[in-house]
Amino acid sequence: MSFLRACLMALLLPLLAAPALAQTASFEDLVAALPEGSYSARGAVVGDIALTGDPRAEAILTALLDGTLGVIAATGQVVTLAPAPADALTGAPVAEAGVAEAKVEKIRVNNGLRRDIRAALGILTLSDPDPAKRLAAADAAFRAPDAAQYALLDAAFQREQDAAVKSRLAEARAVAILDGDFPDAEKRAAIDVIARRGDADAQRILTPFAASPDPDIAEAASAALASIERSRMLWGYAQNIWYGLSLGSVLLLAAIGLAITFGVMGVINMAHGELVMLGAYTTYAVQETIRQNAPGLFDWSLLIAAPLAFVVAGAVGVAIERGIVRHLYGRALETLLATWGVSLILQQAVRSIFGPNNREVGNPSWMSGSFDVGQMTVTWNRLWILLFALAVFAVLLFVMKRTPVGLQMRAVTQNRPMAASMGIRTNWVDALTFGLGAGIAGLAGVALSQIDNVSPNLGQTYIVDSFMVVVFGGAGNIWGTLAGAFSLGIVNKFLEPYAGAVLAKIIVLVAIILFIQKRPRGLFAVKGRAVEG
Amino acid sequence: MTTLIDRRMGIFLAGLFVLTVAIPVGNLAFEGKVVPSYIVSLLGKYLCYALLAVALDLVWGFCGILSLGHGAFFALGGYAMGMHLMREIGDRGVYANPNLPDFMVFLSWDELPWFWMGFGNFWFASLMVMLVPGALAFLFGWFAFRSRVTGVYLSIITQAMTYALQLAFFRNEMGFGGNNGLTDFKDVLGFPLQSDSTRAGLFVLTAVALAAGLLIARAITTSKLGMILVCIRDAESRTRFLGYRVEGFKLFIFVVSAMMAGVAGALYTPQVGIINPGEFSPANSIEVVIWVALGGRGTLVGAALGAILVALAKTLFTGWFPEFWLFALGGLFILVTLFLPTGVLGLIEGVAGSRGRRARRASAALEDGVTEEGAKA
Repeated sequence: MSFLRACLMALLLPLLAAPALAQTASFEDLVAALPEGSYSARGAVVGDIALTGDPRAEAILTALLDGTLGVIAATGQVVTLAPAPADALTGAPVAEAGVAEAKVEKIRVNNGLRRDIRAALGILTLSDPDPAKRLAAADAAFRAPDAAQYALLDAAFQREQDAAVKSRLAEARAVAILDGDFPDAEKRAAIDVIARRGDADAQRILTPFAASPDPDIAEAASAALASIERSRMLWGYAQNIWYGLSLGSVLLLAAIGLAITFGVMGVINMAHGELVMLGAYTTYAVQETIRQNAPGLFDWSLLIAAPLAFVVAGAVGVAIERGIVRHLYGRALETLLATWGVSLILQQAVRSIFGPNNREVGNPSWMSGSFDVGQMTVTWNRLWILLFALAVFAVLLFVMKRTPVGLQMRAVTQNRPMAASMGIRTNWVDALTFGLGAGIAGLAGVALSQIDNVSPNLGQTYIVDSFMVVVFGGAGNIWGTLAGAFSLGIVNKFLEPYAGAVLAKIIVLVAIILFIQKRPRGLFAVKGRAVEG
Repeated sequence: MTTLIDRRMGIFLAGLFVLTVAIPVGNLAFEGKVVPSYIVSLLGKYLCYALLAVALDLVWGFCGILSLGHGAFFALGGYAMGMHLMREIGDRGVYANPNLPDFMVFLSWDELPWFWMGFGNFWFASLMVMLVPGALAFLFGWFAFRSRVTGVYLSIITQAMTYALQLAFFRNEMGFGGNNGLTDFKDVLGFPLQSDSTRAGLFVLTAVALAAGLLIARAITTSKLGMILVCIRDAESRTRFLGYRVEGFKLFIFVVSAMMAGVAGALYTPQVGIINPGEFSPANSIEVVIWVALGGRGTLVGAALGAILVALAKTLFTGWFPEFWLFALGGLFILVTLFLPTGVLGLIEGVAGSRGRRARRASAALEDGVTEEGAKA
């Protein structure tokens, strides 16, 4: 491989010769110096080779790193050994026989020297045609300050066209300036450049300069550090808020169906988590069918699964209402027990059909990956789930407040006999309301299948949390559920860095238990006659 | 009705007595072991469950407090006893450290945490078996009842309580053995836990505890205090308007019940040989409710019977067709709530007196209505 590259370089040499000419002599001397001297001295030679910017440097350094660079003891000629012996500088083949007789010695390297070689290779990549590689090289140079690289970084900076790479190069160059012997004004400018970067690396690099003997530099560095600290803290908050919103959107999805069955109808549906699980398994089944029959549709799988999940979970919900809950209205605690029984049966049914193990549900391409906003990372699937949760919430709100069905639901909730007298079929409305809550649970399952394990226990992990959200937000108020979900999510994520994930959750649970003492009917309690019934 | 030992209590206690004599004798007295040793521990476990069910029946059946967190009190009692048993291991653990239990050595802790102090003493541990669950119940109940959290809200926060405890006990930093819990016990008060005679002794002790628990519960519920509890169950506001301090009564019965659950847990740990955070799981606590519901809530004896029946069914089912146990349990929840509001005991006794049954159903309907559902009935 390295030989091929050497050949390629040799071919390209005439094209690149012009800028390299000025240093040609010293490059050859440097290469000739490679076999001799202490490891540290040769480390410096390696650095110098990279700094010449000679196009042959990469091949030679790679060969040195691979241990395929040798020297003919008699003549001092440096040769590459793999795949066939050739002169390292010209690429001209060296006769096999001659090599055998002349005793070629491999040039030895140790770990320290290898590190130097890798750093040097990083510098060389600065002129790679691929911008991503140049970016990586600039970052590498940024992390390992070396004043000797200044000239090279400056040259790379001047000729760079890509804006992103150029700004990174400016930062790398600033680091080199700080490391070297430059006028104070330039150093202060360099500190500003690094400070603007504002991340942990910048902080690490600037920290030693805050204690610089030069008061100007020390002051500039301290100020820069303070501003970095501030910006990192702000970005940290932003990241936490984002994580919190993301967790909140999951909680919202899991709890919003419950807000209808528990909040609006007053029915404790312990099988709610299992309805979520059914939605997730529907997604799995849809994806399996697509994989086997029409792999091209995979990106559409979630859009196909969503309505199906709504129908499946909704149908099971209506069945639960008609079969069990209907007989237990007014006996909330018994409803709780009976629906718990339903949840056990659903869990076991899914376990028997799909097996007890986690099922693989894939992310469509438009939900994979992530992008950066400043110093925080946003994954696409979390973003889509947040949008999806808000969309479901908006649609639900619309249904409840602006449609005849919603009007009937609210009427039945507020005063059943009166609603019945007005000609509303209360039984029918009950089944429909319960089915709506269950269907939304199914939709939640579609979203959760993207970020959580799809297993028969999926529902169990969310049931306590979603009850907490509804109780915290205040039963009977959908807006309360929204506020409850997002505030619990954000509080949880802000506690996590201090307390750890598990302890944060415990603290939140205890806080909710205490909160309920203060406001037994939640954050946004329904007031008026409906409460006392 | 107000006698301490009525007919059903008499029959149950007599049956329990026969069992208490027959099982150890069958296990120890004969050469060929008429009763295998594992049966002794298994039945002992059932009796622990029965005591837990009686504890829950006391609060749910007589005071209308549906606690979905009674498993927490049970587990706390179990942990208190487990801590003593860990201390008894002494230097016979894997790491042979005389001062620290194995898991602490494993986590490279230097000294015993303060809350483990004193658990080397059996009597201190026995006291804690009741005091710790009692204290938690007092704290929790004091907050909850004072601010009049009732009905499903109370049920949900009791569930949150046991869930939070489960998460907490899973943490290694808590100093209760984390995920693995406490296990590898060797002996209690010098009697090796593996020996048949110790197992038989524990079995008898559990039976005595169950009988005592039943009698205490019966004494409370047949007293004047018990009448007020039933009043609270059936019409809380009315009782309050009559001048009774409802929260005081509720708190009293909640704490007594929690202590009883703690004792059940303490007897459970040595017989099963392990206590771990899984005992705190909300699902366990809900299962206790079905024991009581199946046996017949508000009957005490029925609760104990229900616990034993369900536990027995679980053992048999999970042995024969493990696939179907959850179907059976789930179906049980549904059928009992829909068709057996008075439980098995009510079914047996109610054939003759259908009038009493109707009255009980009416009372059940009243107490469960978290009143806002009243509009729906």
